[in-house]
Amino acid sequence: MNVRSQVSMVFHLDKCIGCHTCSIACKNIWTDRKGTEYMWWNNVETKPGTGFPTRWEDQERYKGGWEKKNGDLQLRSQNKSSALFNIFHNPNQPTLDDYYEPWTYDYQNLFNAPEGADQPTAKPISMVTGEYINVEAGPNWDDDLGGSPVYAQNDPNLESLTPEQREQLFATERLVFFYFPRICNHCLNPSCVAACPSGALYKRGEDGIVLLDQKRCRGWRACVAACPYKKTYFNWSTGKSEKCILCFPRLETGQAPACFHSCVGRIRYLGVLLYDAARIEEVAKLPDDQLIEGQRSLILDPFDPEVIAAARASGVHDSVIESAQKSPVYQFVKVWKLALPPHLEYRTFPMLFYVPPMSPVMASQDGGVIDHVSGDLFHDIEQSRVPVAYLAKLLGAGQENKVRYALRKQKAVRWYRRALTVGDVTMEVASRMLAEADCSAEEAEAIYQLTSLCTFEDRFVIPPMHREEAIQMMEDPLEHKASAGFGFVSAPHRGM
Amino acid sequence: MTNPTMNLLLFAMLPYVALFVFFLGTIMRYRKAPFTYSSLSSQFLENNQHFWGLTALHYGIFAILLGHLMGLLIPRQVLLWNSRPLRLYVLEIFSLAFALMALVGFVGVIERRIRYPKARTVTTPADWIIESMLILQAAAGIYVAIFYPWGTSWYSTSAAPYLHSIFFFRPDISYLVTMPFIVKFHVVNGWLIVGFFPFTRLVHALVAPLPYLWRKPQLARWYGIGILPVWPRRPSGVRD
Repeated sequence: MNVRSQVSMVFHLDKCIGCHTCSIACKNIWTDRKGTEYMWWNNVETKPGTGFPTRWEDQERYKGGWEKKNGDLQLRSQNKSSALFNIFHNPNQPTLDDYYEPWTYDYQNLFNAPEGADQPTAKPISMVTGEYINVEAGPNWDDDLGGSPVYAQNDPNLESLTPEQREQLFATERLVFFYFPRICNHCLNPSCVAACPSGALYKRGEDGIVLLDQKRCRGWRACVAACPYKKTYFNWSTGKSEKCILCFPRLETGQAPACFHSCVGRIRYLGVLLYDAARIEEVAKLPDDQLIEGQRSLILDPFDPEVIAAARASGVHDSVIESAQKSPVYQFVKVWKLALPPHLEYRTFPMLFYVPPMSPVMASQDGGVIDHVSGDLFHDIEQSRVPVAYLAKLLGAGQENKVRYALRKQKAVRWYRRALTVGDVTMEVASRMLAEADCSAEEAEAIYQLTSLCTFEDRFVIPPMHREEAIQMMEDPLEHKASAGFGFVSAPHRGM
Repeated sequence: MTNPTMNLLLFAMLPYVALFVFFLGTIMRYRKAPFTYSSLSSQFLENNQHFWGLTALHYGIFAILLGHLMGLLIPRQVLLWNSRPLRLYVLEIFSLAFALMALVGFVGVIERRIRYPKARTVTTPADWIIESMLILQAAAGIYVAIFYPWGTSWYSTSAAPYLHSIFFFRPDISYLVTMPFIVKFHVVNGWLIVGFFPFTRLVHALVAPLPYLWRKPQLARWYGIGILPVWPRRPSGVRD
C-alpha cells in the first residue's frame, strides 16, 4: 500500500442553480490576462448541451484521455514516438474556433461618434487581433438552451439514449436541463501529465493538485489534446498552457478555492481522500463496468488502523490523516456512494465527483397524479425527464445501476425528511424507502445535514498544507520584504 | 567579398563572434529567462495552413542539417559513398528534395503569418528577421546545389576543412576565398543565423523534449525533494 492524500471535491448538482458566480470569481482572479481571455478554468454547462469547448466529450474527435490497447493503457492522443514526430503540428489540438474568439466593445464610439441620424453603437472588437469581428460564439453560448435542436441535440451523451428517449427529452413542455459546473478534476491518473513532453505538468505529492510549471512548459501543446475534459488551455500570447490550480495559494492559507467560496447554491464540498497509489495502474486497466467500483476501492478508509499506519509510513502527515477523517468528500463518495466521477471511462480517475441531479418526473402520468404509495416507490426515477441512461453516460461510466442507486437514496432521504417535518408521508413508507435505498435513518439524517444545513466548515475541510516545508519557503521571507512576492514575478513577455 | 580584409572579417572573425554570442546567449537566456525558452506556437490561432508549412520546414531542415553535419564529421565516408555515380545522384536528389521541402515550408510559414491576422498578432520583429534569413539561406543553398553541382562531394573537401579549421581555432579561409559569391553568401548568412539564434524562437530546438521517450508517464513533485515518478513509493525516511 502506497498511501497518498488528495484534495478532492464533490459538486452537488441537485443544488446548482446555474448562476455562474463560480466562473466569474475564477475569471476575476486568474484569467483576466492577455491570452487567457477565452479560458474558463471554471465553467458551468447546460446539460443536455454541447459544452465548452464545443462537444468536448466527443473523444473520437478530440482524442482525450486513455484507452486500453492490447491490455495496456495508452493515451488516445499520442504515444511516445508520435508525440515527437507530431511535435511541429499537433493533429489533435483544438483551436480558438472550438472555444470562441474573445472580444470587447468599442465603447469610445458611444461618446465620440459624430452626430447623425442613428444611435451610435459599440461594435465588438476581437481581443486577439484588435479588429472588428462578428461575434459567432461565446462562453455559455448555449446556456439554458437544453432542448434546442442547434445545441443540445449535438450533445455526445445522447448516444446512450433510444430515439424515443431523445424525442421525449426535446419535446415541447417536457424540456428539461440541469447544470454541470466543471473545473480541473485533479485526476489520479492525469493524461495531461503523461502527455507533456517537457515534464512541465505534475501532481503535487502532498495534496495531489495538478499544476503546470510555466518555466518548464515549452508550449508543445500535448496536454491540451490529451486532457479529455479540455481543462488545460493554451495561452496564445505567452505560448504556454495554463490550467486550474485549485486556488492553491488560498488552500495553503486555509481558504476555500474562489469558485467554492463564492458558490451561492453551496453545492461544492472539498476534503482530503487517502488513496492507494500502488494500485492505480492495475485499476485503470479494469473493464468499463468495473471502473466505478475500482476507483472506490482505491479510496482508503481513513479510520482503518492499517491505513493510518501505511499513511504514516508513506509520509502523510498526522494532521492530514485527521483531516481525511472529517472529509465530507469521503462521506459522499465512499460511504454514501452518492457522488460519482464524470466520464470515468476516460480512465484518468477524476477526483471531482458529482451528486446526480433529481429531475422533474415526466408529465405523461395520468392527470399528473402520481401514486406515492404504490408498490414501486421509486418508479418516478425511471420516468424522470432526464433519462437515467443519460446520467449514466455522463457520471456512471455507462453503469445505470450506480446512478439509480444515488438517485434512489436521495429520494429516500427527501421522503424521510418529509415524513418527519411535513407529515404528508407516513414514517412507515419513508422507512420502507430508506430500506430499499440501502440507507439507515442515521445515514439519512447525516446526508440531510450535509446537504441542506451545511456550514462553511462542514463543506470545506481544508487540510493543513504544511507550506512551511515547501522548498520555496527555505528562503528567508524577510529577504523579499517590500518586493513583489516569491518566485516568478517577471512579466510574461515574449519575443523581441 | 573579394577584398582580403573583408574575407578575413567575414570568414575568420565573424564565426567566432557568432559562436561566442551563440553560446553565451543561449546559456544566459536559459538561466535568466527560462519562461521565454520555447517557440511560440500559433497553431491554436490558425490551424488550416499550419500543418503544411510547419511539417515541411521541420522535416526538411532536419535532413539538411543532418547532411551538413555528416559532411563535417565523416567527410571521407561521404566521399567514399559518392565514388559511384549512382549513389552520388541518389544523395544529391534526396538532399535537393529535402532542401526544397524546407524552402517551401519556410515560405509557407511566412506567407501564413502575413495572410492571417491572428497569426500576425503573435509574430515579433525577430520572427520576421530570422524567417527572412532562413529563406535566403535555403534559397542560396538550393541555388548552389543546382548551379554548382555535386556539392555533397566538394563540401567534404572544402567546406568541411574550413569548418574544421574554425572549430580547432586554426582558421584557414583559403578554401573559401576562391568560391563563387553565392557560396560565400551561404556561409556568411549561416554564421549570422548562428549569432542571431539565441535571440529568436529558434532556441526551442535546444530544448527538444527527448527525455520524454524514456521518462515514466506520471510525475509528482514533493516539497524539498523535487520531481519523482508518481507511482513508485516515496523514498523512506523522508517525511513531509
